[in-house]
Amino acid sequence: MFSESISIALAGLKANKLRAMLTMLGIIIGVGAVIAMVSIGMGVKDKVATSIAGLGSNLLVVTPGASNAGGSRQAAGSSITLNEKDAIAISQEVAGINLVAPAVTRSYQVVFGNQNWTTSIQGTTPDIQGIRNYNIEEGSFFTNQDLETRARVAVLGKTVAENLFNGGTPIGQTIRINNAPFRVVGVLEAKGESAGGNQDDTVIIPLKTAQERLMGITYIQNINVQATGTDVIYQVQDDITTLLRARHKLPTTTPDDFTVRNMVAIMAAADETTSMITSLLAVVAGLSLLVGGIGIMNIMLVSVTERTREIGIRKALGARYQNILLQFLIEAIVISVTGGVLGIALGIGASYGISSVAGWNTVISSLAIVAAFAFSVFIGLFFGIYPARKAALLDPIEALRYE
Amino acid sequence: MSILLSEVTKVYQLGGERVNALAGINLSISPGEFTAIMGPSGSGKSTLMNILGCLDRPTAGSYMLDGEEVATLNDDQLAITRNKKIGFVFQSFNLLPRMTTLQNVALPMVYAGVDKRERLARAEQVLGMVGLESRMNHQPNELSGGQRQRVAIARALVNDPTIIMADEPTGNLDTKSGDEVMNIFSELNSQGRTIILVTHEPDIAEYAGRVVYVRDGLIERDEWKVR
Ligand SMILES: Nc1ncnc2c1ncn2[C@@H]1O[C@H](COP(=O)(O)OP(=O)(O)OP(=O)(O)O)[C@@H](O)[C@H]1O
Ligand SMILES: [Mg+2]
Repeated sequence: MFSESISIALAGLKANKLRAMLTMLGIIIGVGAVIAMVSIGMGVKDKVATSIAGLGSNLLVVTPGASNAGGSRQAAGSSITLNEKDAIAISQEVAGINLVAPAVTRSYQVVFGNQNWTTSIQGTTPDIQGIRNYNIEEGSFFTNQDLETRARVAVLGKTVAENLFNGGTPIGQTIRINNAPFRVVGVLEAKGESAGGNQDDTVIIPLKTAQERLMGITYIQNINVQATGTDVIYQVQDDITTLLRARHKLPTTTPDDFTVRNMVAIMAAADETTSMITSLLAVVAGLSLLVGGIGIMNIMLVSVTERTREIGIRKALGARYQNILLQFLIEAIVISVTGGVLGIALGIGASYGISSVAGWNTVISSLAIVAAFAFSVFIGLFFGIYPARKAALLDPIEALRYE
Repeated sequence: MSILLSEVTKVYQLGGERVNALAGINLSISPGEFTAIMGPSGSGKSTLMNILGCLDRPTAGSYMLDGEEVATLNDDQLAITRNKKIGFVFQSFNLLPRMTTLQNVALPMVYAGVDKRERLARAEQVLGMVGLESRMNHQPNELSGGQRQRVAIARALVNDPTIIMADEPTGNLDTKSGDEVMNIFSELNSQGRTIILVTHEPDIAEYAGRVVYVRDGLIERDEWKVR
């Protein structure tokens, strides 16, 4: 009997193909929009998460200058309130820390032969490797010995190595940074983009070499700290703040002259923001699905009215309540399910289209697909049941009398 | 399969006005009878037929069909009764458009739960009985009025009911087609089926063995013909 209802419903839809198709379009667009929007949202979320994670896990960064809370922010790094002793104190006195790497950064022109490339020169300690997940592709990182002796050695990021050496091996070669000669000891593995831009466009040299032989400064511009785990990172953040306030002898009324940024907190905040964007997109798209559902109800009501006489004839010939109910309910569900399937195809297609045309990262979520499909079936049922009941409850005599 | 109506009334409420379409009908029809119902327009013939055909319920009174009180049946049980026991033929044919003749004839079997192959075979056979097997793949709007009514009769017959009811089956037909249709009814009656039909035309009523005259919702006369 169920299969009979299906074939009767299909015949009913066939009789009004264009109308069924237009109604379906509402569902197709709704489901497609949900899937496309969620995949864009998830793409953003994914991209933000990997780019933050790319900076290093359990990372805290201490920079000079007050944080921007309160509105009176000093230009980042403009102050000279941090020095290497602060970094040493952090590593010695704060519990829950794995690694500490103070650093300075400045842009210089790097020359090899007739090739030149302007890039950011980081002066830091070998511990930066563990903090930022730098892996050596060729050669080796510089050592603590190099740090102490202020050796003129350099480790190149992949982008720099490619631009200066065009595929030749850089190890052992001498490059000039701001006209000072440096021997290349290592090349880093490519890391790609992260929150801070291209992570491979960099040259890393020993901290003291950078401070004394290149930049002529004694302060440092940031301290990278790796906590032992996510569970202690907030504690570490507080402890560093307390320690540095004490070391800088700040009275309680004075704001911090440094900022401790906690990447876990930033990640959590970013995650929250991107989740919100995703849900917002999904809700807006879901509304269009709802509108599609109302379209189904509308067309089903029209169809019930138009076919009152048909319903009367069927009832006169022995159709029961459930025969008529199923006939119209199945029509509504066929529209919504077919629309749902086509909408899934449209949504996936749109996601690929958007990512290839706009270059956005999209992540097709199987949860969104299942949810959108289930929702469209539900919409068919929900908006189909009222017209179907209305049809099934018609009095045969009145229906037959209907002109 | 006997029909027994006692004190059946049907009251329509039209705004504040009450219309007594049936004012207390007492009627007994035995199996195998061929009964014509006649009477002036508005006398309640269609109302009576609809009640007899289980399409409508009386306001009051009792209708025993086959020893069963129809008032106690729910809507679905009435639908099953219409499907299995009664074949109904309408003045305006009431065939479904966009369906072939064969599909139209097979429709009551869909609701009887007969499987598709059996349905189509039986529908074809019944169409043969009304002489329309050559039109089985036509749609109703490709047929003449007389042909449409024969299709409707085939549809009424397809579940092999013991009672055939027809409300002015020849009302929309010319004399020739009307006679063709009436010959089919006579043939069905001679097979032992109960036939009840409403008509305005004395010529048509001639086919019946019994004529019930209705006026103002009451039975005025009840005549048996001696054959
Ligand atoms: N649905 C309805 N609502 C209100 N009054 C109705 C309804 N159906 C029938 N009537 C009234 O009941 C009375 C009987 O109508 P019915 O259709 O049974 O007459 P009839 O004998 O079949 O007439 P005709 O020969 O013209 O077909 C009429 O007065 C009609 O107006
Ligand atoms: Mg009438």
